[in-house]
Amino acid sequence: MAEMKFAKSHEWVRPEAGGLATVGISKYAVEALTDLVFMQLPPVGRKVKAGESLGEIESVKAVSDIYAPVSGEIVEVNAALPNQLDTLGSDPYGAGWIVRIKPDDPAEMSGLLDQTAYDALVKS
Amino acid sequence: MVDFAGWWMPVQYSSIVDEHLATRQAVGMFDVSHMGRLAIEGPAAHGWLESLLTRRVADIAVGQARYTLVTSDEGPNGVTILDDALITREADAADGTPRFAMVVNASNRDRVVAWLRSKLPAAGLLLTDRTADTAMIAVQGPLAVATVCVLCGDDDAGRISGLGNYRATRAFVAGQPAAVSRTGYTGEDGVEVVVPAAAAADVWQAIHDAGASRGLKPCGLGARDTLRLEAGMPLYGHELVASSDPFAIGLGLAMNLDAAAGGPRQFPGRDALARMKAAQPARVRVGLAFESKRAAREGSPVVVAGRDVGSVTSGSLAPSLGHAVAMALLDREVAAVGTSADVLVRDVPQAAKVVPLPFYKRPSPRG
Repeated sequence: MAEMKFAKSHEWVRPEAGGLATVGISKYAVEALTDLVFMQLPPVGRKVKAGESLGEIESVKAVSDIYAPVSGEIVEVNAALPNQLDTLGSDPYGAGWIVRIKPDDPAEMSGLLDQTAYDALVKS
Repeated sequence: MVDFAGWWMPVQYSSIVDEHLATRQAVGMFDVSHMGRLAIEGPAAHGWLESLLTRRVADIAVGQARYTLVTSDEGPNGVTILDDALITREADAADGTPRFAMVVNASNRDRVVAWLRSKLPAAGLLLTDRTADTAMIAVQGPLAVATVCVLCGDDDAGRISGLGNYRATRAFVAGQPAAVSRTGYTGEDGVEVVVPAAAAADVWQAIHDAGASRGLKPCGLGARDTLRLEAGMPLYGHELVASSDPFAIGLGLAMNLDAAAGGPRQFPGRDALARMKAAQPARVRVGLAFESKRAAREGSPVVVAGRDVGSVTSGSLAPSLGHAVAMALLDREVAAVGTSADVLVRDVPQAAKVVPLPFYKRPSPRG
């Protein structure tokens, strides 16, 4: 499996076979939000730029944007997720995936943090 | 952690929902030391407070607390709401001097203290801001009183468990001198305990330990807000603001325009408030219940039949109910229970219905 990368805004992205990239939010982000109540997914086919909001996640505390870690087209969304937000806590890097993006430029991912650098970021 | 009116406070210790439900089902404890605590003592205290507060003070009994507004007669309406507060008559000093305690909002403390100081009589009254040298812990929930009583001697425990709502007493809690009142801001039974600041950490720990086997959770500002919202309690700066008509937001109960024996009382803004009472307010405070969990937030516009009819003042998921609720100020014509409305949440309409306040009532309120 290809290496997972992280944005400073706590999304993860993992290159998949076939040139797609799966996107979710980190375990740290899920734990920091707590008490998730609502998730807004983008429509399939939407084009996003890296750093642009592709959806929202709401906890009892606040609403947070989910930012695209890479530019590209949304080709698939995890439509079941908004009705089972617990999955984000139990399996944030697996069943808790949020969207699949067809990246405009896969090399864009090299600018993101690797696991070690991300772990250091959230510990600091 | 967040900066709240200059106090560094936790939004949550664990999870807002868990803390909220612990308070509803067992016991939650809240560090509410940010609330302003004022001591008012002296032979002139009764008359002075009677001349300043919207609630009658002249007939308040020792050990009784009343919810009141603090008003000035400034502003375009002829009345400005400076704060809402709890005024408690404590036991007289040993020499018979009357003593009162007043709790005000953290965000309004400076201006309320400045206002009160500007009204001080030449003699016979001492006003002291005790906020920094005391701490206040709210213990709330069906097991709250039992939890605190474990930490008291038999006499004190008996007196605390026998306290009526809005009644207060002195007691030793975990060996520390404390002012204990049967009050709170959650819609549950419970007490608020004021202790010397130096003893705060010990008393907090003692209550925490005494509640451990009862399911106690320490609760942050988040749960404090969801609990008071479910209980339909207004919060200054949201439902209640400087220019509010208290009658329009359901605070008529905090208004004693007349003396107990009849005839108008005299306090700042009294006549303007009497005019508000006689008039029909344009907008009134209502409860809105949503089907979804998605919360409207303060400022979310409310639309009925395509017309903008008001806006949300507070909104959240109601953890006890499993769906979102909000309080809103709406045009009187559309404020009837059962009215369907759309609330724009981040520009997306969410279906809601006007429902009676409070959203949540505890199963067996004590007398």
